[in-house]
Amino acid sequence: MSILGRHKFFERNSIYMLIGIIVTVLIGGIVEIVPLFRMETVIEPVKGVRPYTPLELAGFNIYVREGCYNCHSQQIRPLRDEVARYGHYSLAAESMYDHPFQWGSKRTGPDLSRVGGKYSDAWHVAHMSDPRSVVPESIMPTYSFLNRQAADLRRIDKHLKALRLAGVPYSDEQIKEAYNDAVTQATDGADAAGLLARYGDKINVRNFDGNPKMVSEMDALIAYMQVLGTMVDFTSYDQTALPTKTAEAQP
Amino acid sequence: MSTEAAYSAARPSYNDDVVRLFTLATIFWGIAGFVVGLLIALQLAFPQLNLEPWLNFGRLRPLHTSAVIFAFGGNALFAAAYYIVQRTCQARLWGGWLPTFTFWGYQAVIVMAGVGYLFGITQGKEYAEPEWYVDIWLTVVWVAYLLVFMGTIFKRKEKHIYVANWFFMAFIITVAVLHLGNNINIPVELFGTKSYPIVSGVQGAMIQWWYGHNAVGFFLTAGFLGMMYYFVPKQAERPIYSYRLSILHFWSLIFIYIWAGPHHLHYTALPDWAQTLGMTFSVMLWMPSWGGMINGIMTLSGAWHKLRQDPIIMFMVIAISFYGMSTFEGPLMSIKEVNALSHYTDWTIGHVHSGALGWVGFITFGMLYYLVPRLWNRTQMYSTKLIWTHLWVATLGIVLYVAAMWPAGILQGLDWRTYDEMGFLKYSFVETVLALHPYYLIRAAGGLLFVLGSLIMVYNFWRTIRGDLAADEPTVAQLKGAVA
Repeated sequence: MSILGRHKFFERNSIYMLIGIIVTVLIGGIVEIVPLFRMETVIEPVKGVRPYTPLELAGFNIYVREGCYNCHSQQIRPLRDEVARYGHYSLAAESMYDHPFQWGSKRTGPDLSRVGGKYSDAWHVAHMSDPRSVVPESIMPTYSFLNRQAADLRRIDKHLKALRLAGVPYSDEQIKEAYNDAVTQATDGADAAGLLARYGDKINVRNFDGNPKMVSEMDALIAYMQVLGTMVDFTSYDQTALPTKTAEAQP
Repeated sequence: MSTEAAYSAARPSYNDDVVRLFTLATIFWGIAGFVVGLLIALQLAFPQLNLEPWLNFGRLRPLHTSAVIFAFGGNALFAAAYYIVQRTCQARLWGGWLPTFTFWGYQAVIVMAGVGYLFGITQGKEYAEPEWYVDIWLTVVWVAYLLVFMGTIFKRKEKHIYVANWFFMAFIITVAVLHLGNNINIPVELFGTKSYPIVSGVQGAMIQWWYGHNAVGFFLTAGFLGMMYYFVPKQAERPIYSYRLSILHFWSLIFIYIWAGPHHLHYTALPDWAQTLGMTFSVMLWMPSWGGMINGIMTLSGAWHKLRQDPIIMFMVIAISFYGMSTFEGPLMSIKEVNALSHYTDWTIGHVHSGALGWVGFITFGMLYYLVPRLWNRTQMYSTKLIWTHLWVATLGIVLYVAAMWPAGILQGLDWRTYDEMGFLKYSFVETVLALHPYYLIRAAGGLLFVLGSLIMVYNFWRTIRGDLAADEPTVAQLKGAVA
């Protein structure tokens, strides 16, 4: 009774009770969250993960806007069937430039973390425009309006700037050239030397939706989807190595 | 009788205007949220019901979750906190016009957030979808809420703060902490809607589910336990079963809940130690949760006969039973080996809805049936029969819902990991989608019943507020005469 008797102190002093509650609820959060900001212990060293190109970023934002994460996860667990179905389990480094993370919590549709390169652009256009035209049993909504809507790229440099504030290592040059890089990436036969120099040789440069008249939201979304899960160079990844302080993949 | 008269003479004039507003808003947003839920349930069975771009599932699902959690649940919690804190402190709501401001301010949050979703304005984090400008406005409203509540506690005439108010304090202050912690964003432009969260990847996921799970823990649990601790004893006309149990389960509940977030991230890129902590604390959480359940149910000891006579008590007891079931199922699902099967499937959806429809929905309905006649100065509800009808229709709806989603989720999880004799995965993904169709139909039927039940409730409230009494309804005076 003595301990419970002392509870009267809180019951009679609202401010102390409030402070008691705050202290009680802060402990768990601090213990679980703060250590995660020692990045070198959380994000494994891998090669190849880079910030999104401006066009891919525009696609990422469409993915977020349409709430794709409500039905599609982007996190492959290290379970036998998932690795068989979707590919190598997801690494922490692979989502370190995702603001916010798109791991999802439900698979009404399949996981998309490694969908990049698995289907052709034309398949994606057909599937997004009318999912049941390619997968008759699909219950996905249609997204044909993405074909008709131009991607909003006029202010894409401001997006890169905001992300740089959040820690994504975009250079001044990348920000300055953001609009041009976006248009270049979606254009067949464009001179992409500058874009490749800024973001690397592996960038997909092509007219993703097959419509040369404009850079549509479909272009942006497919550019994003085709890069999903393709960045990490698994030939140089040693999954038995422990994270070290010299992690190359620090944000 | 004379003491009662003296009591009511000494009673301060309560601010019930604002409680009435929140009560009406609870009913309105409840119906809206349930109907959108039914629509998206049907969309999963019949994809043609998606109307791009505004009414696609991906935009409507956040509208449904926000409407039921923050609009229906939130308004119910405002109503409950404001009603209860005045009665248990014997003091009028503090702050003059501030309570009314919290009402209109909170409705503005709901409308801004909801309209935003339809236009694709979202942060893309579950249960934290509203963009930065809505977040800032919500912070203002929430601070006002805290001030009104604490101000009223501060000028209380009772020495002790009643247990329901502990839960409301924990709910209000912790939701503030969670909201601020999970919404540190950088707006792209001052006059634009888009912003980027400052954290990404693993850290973002951990903070999101620290927030997300405690939206369940503090919004949908602590807040509604506050509701339980006042309305169950009131309706049962019995004191709370155990004061000591209240103290024990209150502090252990709020301490342990906060740790449970990582169980949403089992087997992900989140470090193992955090997953193990999350699982351990989730299993521990079973105990304080059942402490609350026992305290609620056992309050009826000596009054069990009321279950046969009083549908309002029935609503509350069924609510507490669903609370007990969900808080047993939750720890079970947080065990990594179980989670390996259940995660990403409709089992989770079933789990959430046994808590949301059963616990949150039913305890709120119980409160509403208690409040409406009192707030509008009616002696009783229009029709007790219709309350019973609502009760059974809605209960059948929940049973259909969860009974469909449990096997659906387990089937889905098992199908995904089934191999053929050659050692290949047996089912393509879309085959596992196809298999769910009948379950989605049953789920939608359950949702339809739940909606119908709440429409019966609305009709009953409308007639009650008008001052009507059903023809076959015995009056309170007649009932008292019969007992005498």
